[in-house]
Amino acid sequence: MSALKNPRNIGTLALLVIIAAAPLAFGDENYIMRVITTGLCAAIAVYGMNIILGFTGQLSLAQGGFFGIGAYTVGLLTTDYDWSFWSAFALAVIGTAVVGYLSGLIALRTRDEYFAIFTMAIGFIIYLTISRWEAVTHAHSGVNNVKFPEAGDLIDFSDPTAMFYLVFVILLVCVYITYAIRRSGVGRTLLTIRTSEDLADAIGVKVGLSKQLAFAASAVFGGIGGGLYASVVGFIGPDAASVDKTFEFLMFILVGGMGTVAGPLIGSMIVTFLFEFFQDFQAYRFIVLGPIIIALVIFAPRGIVGYLGGFVDRRNRRRRIAETRSTDEARGAAEPMETTTSEETK
Amino acid sequence: MTLFIQQLFNGLALGGVYCLAAIGLTLVFGVLRIPNLAHGALYMLGAYVTYFFLATLGVPYLAAIGIAALVLFVVGVGLERLVFHPLRNSPHTHHMIAAVGAMFFFQSLAQVIWGADFRRMDTPITGSLHILGAEISAQRIVIIITAVVVLALLTWFIKRSIHGQTIEAIEQDRTGAALVGINPSMVSMLTLGLSALLATIAAGLVSPINLLSPTMGDALNLKVFAIIILGGLGSLPGAIIGGFALAIAETMTSTYISSAVGEAVAFIVLVAVLAIRPTGLFTKAVQR
Repeated sequence: MSALKNPRNIGTLALLVIIAAAPLAFGDENYIMRVITTGLCAAIAVYGMNIILGFTGQLSLAQGGFFGIGAYTVGLLTTDYDWSFWSAFALAVIGTAVVGYLSGLIALRTRDEYFAIFTMAIGFIIYLTISRWEAVTHAHSGVNNVKFPEAGDLIDFSDPTAMFYLVFVILLVCVYITYAIRRSGVGRTLLTIRTSEDLADAIGVKVGLSKQLAFAASAVFGGIGGGLYASVVGFIGPDAASVDKTFEFLMFILVGGMGTVAGPLIGSMIVTFLFEFFQDFQAYRFIVLGPIIIALVIFAPRGIVGYLGGFVDRRNRRRRIAETRSTDEARGAAEPMETTTSEETK
Repeated sequence: MTLFIQQLFNGLALGGVYCLAAIGLTLVFGVLRIPNLAHGALYMLGAYVTYFFLATLGVPYLAAIGIAALVLFVVGVGLERLVFHPLRNSPHTHHMIAAVGAMFFFQSLAQVIWGADFRRMDTPITGSLHILGAEISAQRIVIIITAVVVLALLTWFIKRSIHGQTIEAIEQDRTGAALVGINPSMVSMLTLGLSALLATIAAGLVSPINLLSPTMGDALNLKVFAIIILGGLGSLPGAIIGGFALAIAETMTSTYISSAVGEAVAFIVLVAVLAIRPTGLFTKAVQR
């Protein structure tokens, strides 16, 4: 149970408990519940971004595209083709996995700038396909009346609270996966790549394969988030796949903290509510948010959780230093004195 | 054959525009070692500023482009000072994120000032020329001539003038250039200003043919990145050859296959190049 002693894990757990309790506070207010639930959907996609950007250190600008693929797979299949939500959702996950894996085949060969440019191209192409292929995606008219998940007579997912808990449970899985990755050898492999690709290669890390899998995993998370988003919101347009979405995710992860377990969730929640706050100034919001993101990257690149983590580390270090000092004193001051005298006699 | 010549000239005109836009991007990459993802937004802003001087203030067409280019030069310098300079020692993902932030800032700025609707820029250059039976609009001829003149001036500037040569020196070796007394910060500012200036000339030239919108830079962004990856990041001749090659491929496939394929050409080129040689076709191996 030593994992529970780590202040980081305690913080993450506390955060999850607070969010789980949200329906108790806002259960009657459907609007706020909906905002929170869409924020959680975005958080799932941001956890995907965390794997590729936070752990592996590669900027993927295709996350909005994968989010869009997930949303449109669920949206189109449940309306035009009358599939059930669950089968459409499963296909959305498989679909993004396949697209992510295939584009990863080329992405794994590229690095740094080239990786970012390549993923930007992928994201843009996905957006173009969705916004232009009118016969299938209805282009700018979007998709209406996306189905809620079915659960027989057990649970009624048209109830915002039920939908909230569904998304929340899936989010929990994503948080756990992130936590597990961070603790495991996989996480250390990815962190090595982030530190230095050449070094990782030299010590026998399979850089290409790791990057490809990380990219595919991030795509799947994006697809899951998008699929749920379509069902939560009920209406989707090409905006769901746009570069703006990627930018929003970037903002979420930056505010929360890259490469941390709780960061994406904190960032998503805070910024989602900020967005709601700015909603009346839809056109103006990027005028404020663009400079904010630049300022964040320049002055606070570690994000909220990064800084809290740094605080915890510093405190631990101080405590460790204090402990070693007190043990030194307990051993008696004679020992260090002796060494100096022996040196002098030499 | 007439159609072919017609499309060839269209391709050349488009190529001139792509070259001007891509050269700025490749210069910035050579000097600052960053892909400026906000380049398309600078191009868009350049188009709108040209439009402002031309349509709102009634400045003559070519003068409007010139003034707008100077305005954007200042914007580029400001972008370097405020965004990229503070990030010069950060991990490479950070300045790309900041560039995306700048891109969204410029887009929404244009949207607030000029609205989200498409706008049309009227040019005083009308009429057309008959060359080998094909009818070429005078605007396209102006684009081709201006592009060639600007490219020649730029080559002279970089190869012959003292300020241009500092750009090349920094590209070759930042530390070494600093040792012989070149100020890297000044050169970075100059380069970003120059790239914004070139993008504005490109945008001002092509705007009368296309329409203006706050998102017009997005499609161009993808294309210029495809061009400089094809030509090699940081390579000037590569950007010129790549620009014309992509533009001609684009117009020809749009004419003879379908417009959808024409739009996808840039993406296909990008994927193909990265699949064959992940570091670009003409780049030398770089040790980091």
